[in-house]
Amino acid sequence: MDRLGEWLFFYLVFPGATFAVALGLAMSWLDRKVTALVQWRTGPAPGQPFWDVVKLLGKEVVVPEQSWAAGFLALPFVGFAAATLAGTLTWHAALGLPGGALGDLVLVLYLLAVPSLALILGAAASGSPLGAVGSSRDMKLVLGYELPLVIALLVAVFQRRTVDGQVMAAATSSLEGLVRFQDAAGAVLYRPSGVLALLVAVVCCHAKLGFVPFDQAEADTEIAEGALIEYSGPPLALLKLTQAVQLATLPVLLVTVFWGGVETTPVGLAAFAAKVLLVLVTFVLVKNTNPRVRIDQALRFFWGPVTGIAVVALVLARMGW
Amino acid sequence: MSDPSSRHVVQIGPFHPLLEEPVGFSLTVEGERVVAIDARMDYIHKGLERLAQERTYDMVPILLERICGICSVTHSVCFCNAVEDLLGVEIPPRAAYIRTIIGELERLHSHLLWVGLAGHFIGYNTVFMWAWKYREPVCDAFEMLTGHRQNSALPLVGGVRRDLPVEYFPVVRKTLDELEGQTERLTAAVLDDPVLAARLKGVGVLSAEAALDYGVVGPTARASGLATDVRRDEPYAAYAELDWKVVTQDGGDVFSKAVVRLLEILESIRILRQCLDRLPAGAINLGTLHVPRGEGIGRYEAPRGEDIHYVRSNGTNMPERLKVRAPSYVNIPSFRSSCLGAPMADVMITLAACDPCYSCTERSLVLRDAAGARLLATPGLIEASRQKTFELARALGHAPDLELDPA
Repeated sequence: MDRLGEWLFFYLVFPGATFAVALGLAMSWLDRKVTALVQWRTGPAPGQPFWDVVKLLGKEVVVPEQSWAAGFLALPFVGFAAATLAGTLTWHAALGLPGGALGDLVLVLYLLAVPSLALILGAAASGSPLGAVGSSRDMKLVLGYELPLVIALLVAVFQRRTVDGQVMAAATSSLEGLVRFQDAAGAVLYRPSGVLALLVAVVCCHAKLGFVPFDQAEADTEIAEGALIEYSGPPLALLKLTQAVQLATLPVLLVTVFWGGVETTPVGLAAFAAKVLLVLVTFVLVKNTNPRVRIDQALRFFWGPVTGIAVVALVLARMGW
Repeated sequence: MSDPSSRHVVQIGPFHPLLEEPVGFSLTVEGERVVAIDARMDYIHKGLERLAQERTYDMVPILLERICGICSVTHSVCFCNAVEDLLGVEIPPRAAYIRTIIGELERLHSHLLWVGLAGHFIGYNTVFMWAWKYREPVCDAFEMLTGHRQNSALPLVGGVRRDLPVEYFPVVRKTLDELEGQTERLTAAVLDDPVLAARLKGVGVLSAEAALDYGVVGPTARASGLATDVRRDEPYAAYAELDWKVVTQDGGDVFSKAVVRLLEILESIRILRQCLDRLPAGAINLGTLHVPRGEGIGRYEAPRGEDIHYVRSNGTNMPERLKVRAPSYVNIPSFRSSCLGAPMADVMITLAACDPCYSCTERSLVLRDAAGARLLATPGLIEASRQKTFELARALGHAPDLELDPA
């Protein structure tokens, strides 16, 4: 019973739902603020993303007549639950919280794919032609970035180095294991293979977050928010919260896998926050200095150069670089 | 591949984030590929031609500034050109220069507006915000010179209504200097950006032949290699005395259209500098004019291309007939050549690439049944509108304040 209580606390309070939502909204404010500064605007007040969600929660839920209502309404919950679980596992490993090794890279990857799938199915269930276009674009994008993302994360798993004449290998897909390996042998990022893999993973996570140039599924000036078009009120709020939780999870996952976990000292925490912010600001700057590419260009980009670089990184990692 | 069962219709408009004005495009798509487009432009017909026929020649230019939110100088000067053609008069040189100055300032802010919108349409909101930020000082300069950032109320048959305040010229010159640097940097950034090139080059190509067939005008034609420009071909205002060149590009794609507009901004700055330096002294209009019977044609190079006004006078102080043909009216249909078969993402930016303006292009729509009989013409629409007002009033429990026509 104690274990269950502990896990529920992890999942619902810290570092799960409550914490992830709060942090995600803060990070989405940061995104909006930095975007505004780049674009010569003032930007919103810090509470704005929160009030946006509150406003949506109070709005009417409109369910299109031609939709499959149950799926249309349930899928945002599925996406949110999965994103929160992925966030919980990632943060749990990053902070080295008690309760043993919970998180596994493969599990987290699966969980992180669920929100996209939920959105794809939800948009298809809406019965709107624009939603259908958004849904099919999102599906193509997922097919594009998932493979290089998996290969890039495998680079961390296959890390091997020689420290004081001893060969050390990560050889684990457990997040806690990866953190321990990097504590002992140095961060993955400090190796050529790690640099390439992080680069690939950042690009893939950029697409996962649906930021320009990979916002084809929502492209407001083309398909008017596409996948989201029929959502309103609380389900839309939930989709926004899912996005926020992903925003609070992906940079942390990247930092944890490639740059090591957190030392629970003030300096360690500050360094960790700085790393996460660096990844986040990279996302925001890339998003604001590029136009949206066509979906076929995005696919060609991910299956071409991105996958190529990921494979090179994996080969380098196997060679011990 | 072309399985008709996989087709569906994506409706763009009348209200859509792509459009700043109500217009309806129905795209028939197979997956992402657009196989047919239908356009409907009858949502905001304002009947300004009719209104112009109820106003005196002095009042009409002010009314015509309201045809379009951007081309206010365009339509008012074009009307003046038409009436002056009817009269066979030359306006005083100072007036010609003043018309050139306000016309080119308008071209500057119109092109910057398009650059921003084009950025927005392909998701590049930083370009959107920056271009509009650069546009603001131009509108401020327009306001300093005329009293309003869009509608100057300056053009008048036979010249201009008021003189320009020369004390503001240094500020305008400074604005132009800053804008020149900004535009040069923006142009360099656009030309060098590989992602922009991937997104815009070879997209929505309008060949020179197709451009001729559709009779497109302005930057849309010049980007397809056709060097047409009313300012050079049939100079009005002061253009014949100024040193400037017609910008053309050969690509015919969206990228070329963007480059043409960016380079035209630099040309406009050159024209403006010369006008500010050389503004001649003298009268600014011809005083009171009597318009005799007759007809006249006015041409004007609007930011979007050639604008044509036709005026017929019956000798009274109001035009008997005014006909406006705005440039978008010939530019918009060219999408049939440049869009069909393209992916949806390309069609959106191509539709926007001719800088379409709908409020000047609007025509009233007459619905006919299969036999060709009018379903609702003007009297019918008025009757239907009255009927609706009556029913609403009754539903709300008000006494209807208009009587239904017993017929």
